Amino acid sequence: MAVGDRILEGAGAPRVGALERVRTWWEQEHVFGYGLILPALLLLVCLVAYPFGMAIYFSLSDYWVGSPGSFVGLDNYRALLGNEVFHQTLRNSFVFTSIAVVLKTVLGVWLALLLARNLRLKRVLRGAVLLPWVIPTALSTLAWWWMFDSLYSVVNWTAIHLGLMSAPGPNWLGQAGYAMTAVITVNVWRGLPFFAITVLAGLVAIPREYYEAAEVDGAGSWSRFWHVTLPLIKPVIAVVTLFSTIFTFSDFNIVYVLTRGGPVNTTHLFATLAYQVGLNGGNLGQGAAISLFLFPMLAAVVFLQLWYIRRE
Amino acid sequence: MSGVGVRGRGARFRSSLMGYGGLLPFVFFALFPFYFMIITSLKSNAELYNLKSIPFWVQSGVITSHYSYLFQRTDFLIWLKNSLIISVVATSASLVISILAGYSLARLRFPGVGSFGTAVFITYLVPPTLLFLPLSQVVVWLGLADSIWALIVTYPTFLVPFCTWLLMGYFRTVPREVEECALVDGASRFQTLTRIVLPMAVPGIVCAALFSFTLTWNEFIYALTFVSQTAQKTAVVGVTADLIRGDIYYWGSLMAGAVVASLPIVVIYVWFLDYYVSGLTAGAVKG
Repeated sequence: MAVGDRILEGAGAPRVGALERVRTWWEQEHVFGYGLILPALLLLVCLVAYPFGMAIYFSLSDYWVGSPGSFVGLDNYRALLGNEVFHQTLRNSFVFTSIAVVLKTVLGVWLALLLARNLRLKRVLRGAVLLPWVIPTALSTLAWWWMFDSLYSVVNWTAIHLGLMSAPGPNWLGQAGYAMTAVITVNVWRGLPFFAITVLAGLVAIPREYYEAAEVDGAGSWSRFWHVTLPLIKPVIAVVTLFSTIFTFSDFNIVYVLTRGGPVNTTHLFATLAYQVGLNGGNLGQGAAISLFLFPMLAAVVFLQLWYIRRE
Repeated sequence: MSGVGVRGRGARFRSSLMGYGGLLPFVFFALFPFYFMIITSLKSNAELYNLKSIPFWVQSGVITSHYSYLFQRTDFLIWLKNSLIISVVATSASLVISILAGYSLARLRFPGVGSFGTAVFITYLVPPTLLFLPLSQVVVWLGLADSIWALIVTYPTFLVPFCTWLLMGYFRTVPREVEECALVDGASRFQTLTRIVLPMAVPGIVCAALFSFTLTWNEFIYALTFVSQTAQKTAVVGVTADLIRGDIYYWGSLMAGAVVASLPIVVIYVWFLDYYVSGLTAGAVKG
């Protein structure tokens, strides 16, 4: 302390004054506040907002890899709306998202109710159930790819040996309806833990007195679930469902690894089609237009989320 | 459900039996692909590609040649090293940026703070698949294409919004009085943050670090798009894209690669299980 004082004395009054002024300026709440968010703000402006603007520009130009394109207005969008593959992708995205999200919600609530029981192995069971969500999706999807192999599928092997299927069974990833089923299955497998664990947190927060009161009133377990549990976890379910809708709709990993959008485009989603057109095909303009179709969905969900948060 | 308490022992026993019974199919569904992955990586090709063998366990002896192939004949170790560097650097940088931003947004009052919070929330919801095309061009212009730096620079775009959002929640739980006392005692604002608030938010920071590391290690579309040179690939993309050979007999080594590349995440996960569960239930995680 003493050494510090001596240095300050030696430095002379004017410099201390300048330093002091900078310090008081920096100590102001708003200056300090802006200063701390500056790095994050710079990052988000340069690498999120700016690329987003570029995506819009690309989608309005005939930009190809290696050749700066010129402005073509809405041509890319017009071309897409008249394109059969794009129509297919649009249908696929809605089928994929709606079925997967409904399955994840229903199974997720069910699984959460099971996990909420006071079991001795509670912690281990939660850990096991959450695992698919933690492991790299691209890698676990490789295992599913092998499980759905055209010749050595373990799914078919089991079903045939149980007498549920006649040999050789479907070619899961090579037949239209089956490929969509496979892709949805893997998405549900991966997304279910997120639903279950989040809903579980909502369940655990319900005061026990509510159930005791319902029990005194003679409510059965179904009626307790329907009239006590469900209304109380509805907010959690709403938030999780909205979240999941965005990330299911914009999914890439599972479809890319499992089917690459095939057979004959029947499992293409916006992200995989954008990848194929924009990167493999080099048509960045049209690729950007395809991925921007994710935006209305995103905007709708963000709007709903914010509206919901404000209302709570 | 948890309405036990009053009921007798028999009912309790029946309830837990039903609990385990109901959970069995879910646990089987969740774990079977991993079991199958491991089993496949330990089987000989002769057994793997024999339609008459039972697929569920190893019948003709466990072999490790798929693993030795992986380590000796492919760039697998380089991919692991790349993933490790990328994850550590991107996570650390994002954490520093997010701690500053999260504290500012959670605790300080200045004009526009609410809009910044909303902006962070919105960018947090932007899926990477929306921006990978323009970002692939930005990476080229920055001269980072085809190197691990392309990923180190772009990963914070989804890590920072996520960590900021998560940390804001934790910073709000630190009592305001503690901070005010420190300020009155003559500490600067920055000292208050590093010496008073940060130590109290350690669980949140650990949680953010764990999730960031996991998200980075697992990331796929950027790593696939921005890097095409084998020696610069991440473990996840290297296994997915480079281990598939022309013939069809690659499943053993492919599954071995998937097992080893998942291992770091599994180890961290098992070690910090409770943090993962609490982080998820903070309600702020992508799924």
